[in-house]
Amino acid sequence: MIYLTRKAEFSAAHYYHNPDFTPEENRRIFGKCNNPNGHGHNYTLEVTVKGEVDPKSGFVVDLRQLKDVMNREVLDGLDHRFLNKEVPEFFENIPTTENLAIAIWQRLAPKLNQATLHRVRVYETPDLFVDVYGEQ
Amino acid sequence: MTTTSMKAHLTRRYMFAASHRLHSEEMSPGENRSTYGKCNNPYGHGHNYVVEVTVSGPVDERTGMVCNLADLDGFVGHEILERYDRQNLNLLPEFAKVVPTTENLCIAIYDIVKRGFLHAHLEGIRIEETMMNSFEYAGENTR
Repeated sequence: MIYLTRKAEFSAAHYYHNPDFTPEENRRIFGKCNNPNGHGHNYTLEVTVKGEVDPKSGFVVDLRQLKDVMNREVLDGLDHRFLNKEVPEFFENIPTTENLAIAIWQRLAPKLNQATLHRVRVYETPDLFVDVYGEQ
Repeated sequence: MTTTSMKAHLTRRYMFAASHRLHSEEMSPGENRSTYGKCNNPYGHGHNYVVEVTVSGPVDERTGMVCNLADLDGFVGHEILERYDRQNLNLLPEFAKVVPTTENLCIAIYDIVKRGFLHAHLEGIRIEETMMNSFEYAGENTR
């Protein structure tokens, strides 16, 4: 088994708010991230796929195809967007880094046909990142 | 589309600066020098340690979080950074009889977080002693 990781960057705005909470609860739980005007991050995405090496091409996955899938399924929809307002997964769910990583997993997993998705890692800042492996 | 039923691993990086000296009472001076080299300098030396704490769990539907980052930052700030930042590791009780290698520091920090932080499952601790050396500990009987 070989693991291959492709990185990408995108920038997006978000804020954290649960309409079921009172304004005080929202402020207490989400702190500064509750500012309804939003704030933004430069996110770094790492997509790791796994598989056996194709004996003819020597590839675990065609990197150009992986890059195209990442651009089409993830970056085109997220880069320079306000996640709460423009990205359907976050019309109701809170766009935390956890939910962002899960949404990216769910967008990518069914679209990869050569290799299997192993891990999605999303850095919100260099000091905070989330990994998902598709485990329930 | 639901985004909340999947498990996530959240990693937070922290930094502290501390000094240490690698020296074992069970070794002769010659053995200490040959085992620990420059790290055996009796005056000690220091590092900027980077600690990565990884916790995991299902994502809470109401908050979108594995655990509240403010709780994790508060715990690590109080129990790890206040304990180790700007300290001489050899003078701390956990290193009275244990050499303060970064391996043993990983285990000490893992034990503190495992015992005291109850908001999420602790996956493991990773420490960068320098940009070139890093160490990971995920508890006994794992991996």
